[in-house]
Amino acid sequence: MSLMYEMNDRARALGIPLAAHIDVTYRCNERCVHCYLDHDDHGEMTTAEIKNVLDQLAEAGTFFLTFSGGEVFMRRDFLELVEHAHRLMFNIHVKTNGVMIGAKEAQRLRELAVEQVQISIYSHHPEVHDAITKLPGSLKRSIDAVRFLQSQGLRVAIANVLMTANMGDHTGVQDLARELGAIYRLDPTITPKMDGDTSILRLRIPGSELDAVFRNRNLVGDVEEYCAPPPPPDDDVMEGLPCSAGHTLAYISPYGDVFPCVQFPLPSGNVRKQRFIDIWRGSPELREVRSIHARDLPVCSTCSHVGTCSRCPGLAYMEGNMRGPSTADCEKSFHRTGIPSANMLRRAPMPPVAPLIQIRPLAS
Amino acid sequence: MSEKYISRSTAIAARMLGGEMMVMSAVDSTFFNLNEVATAIWQAADGRTPLSEIVSRRVCAEFEVEPETAQHDAEQFVEALSQHGILLVSDHPSESAGAGEGA
Repeated sequence: MSLMYEMNDRARALGIPLAAHIDVTYRCNERCVHCYLDHDDHGEMTTAEIKNVLDQLAEAGTFFLTFSGGEVFMRRDFLELVEHAHRLMFNIHVKTNGVMIGAKEAQRLRELAVEQVQISIYSHHPEVHDAITKLPGSLKRSIDAVRFLQSQGLRVAIANVLMTANMGDHTGVQDLARELGAIYRLDPTITPKMDGDTSILRLRIPGSELDAVFRNRNLVGDVEEYCAPPPPPDDDVMEGLPCSAGHTLAYISPYGDVFPCVQFPLPSGNVRKQRFIDIWRGSPELREVRSIHARDLPVCSTCSHVGTCSRCPGLAYMEGNMRGPSTADCEKSFHRTGIPSANMLRRAPMPPVAPLIQIRPLAS
Repeated sequence: MSEKYISRSTAIAARMLGGEMMVMSAVDSTFFNLNEVATAIWQAADGRTPLSEIVSRRVCAEFEVEPETAQHDAEQFVEALSQHGILLVSDHPSESAGAGEGA
């Protein structure tokens, strides 16, 4: 077990939110076709409020802090927030499109000991990337940002979300990342919009393309091992927990709402009304999330993929049941191994046991 | 042998977890989990207190360990962390205070 896993296990046992993801704004200068966010400002937390949340997270024991959005640099106080986080000695990651990062911003991020900056790049072809972001010239500006950051010695990761419009370009983006000296991350998951609109799911890449992604050794390493049939689940698997969401990870929206994860829109409290630690320890929603083991999943516990599936409880929740299957992950397991999931073999869908609730301010 | 003064880099993340300090370099992403003794040295690394005094006051006085062993182990620990830029080593005391020690 790696040291990092050991720390995560210890944090879980101690009930500590080791990692936090805070979206400082949902405003953005791009209008990506697949984005799940509403870009209006419905009353973002002020500078003082966010600094106070950071103080509370440090006090609660949070070590890994991700700033994201929206576009983080749409906030004029963003570097002030990073400076505060640096003073509190978080391990800081920043997710951005990089469009507003010049030499000065890159230098400041370096001075503030940001460990990694992740920049979204959809294609190495400007006409494809810019059509997805709907911002002319955005690919060039994002690549310039990668170069500014690299020249400061910052670690940069390129996030490549795959959808129908760019599904043929992942090899090109991977080559671009290599040329720029950046880490490459591929994400084939498109999620429903925050208002519950599922229309953007039509942008998800087809299964045939997933087949190709999962058999690209530059992406997955040992293809035979990666695509091997799952071993029979043992007791450890059935006692296992789905992921770190709500266990050692918390997500905080620009409006102060607390969720188990950015991809798990289960409203669990609001830091404008309660102290973070009281939400973390006392929220019935988070307690429910923490109570779920693999054996408790009505469909997935019967599935041969239960021990190896990337099942996202947040995506399952968005489908209507946090204990249910996540169809996108069922498809991934199927296209990875050729073995249908238990969910795919069912004749009729399970009725949802919870209403579909999306990210929204608790006050509304 | 000349005296050593140690201070914490500002390019690091640090946090206590269950009585032990997690430290990560923002420069090369190396991650360390410091045991109780190493955490005591870390917390005392203010750039102004000689390492020998830290060992004497914070290690020998609080943990059951021979002074020579403690000094040897402390120097090895300092060497390991300084190689990753996590601890800064000087042969003279610094004028400014180092980074915070992590909550």
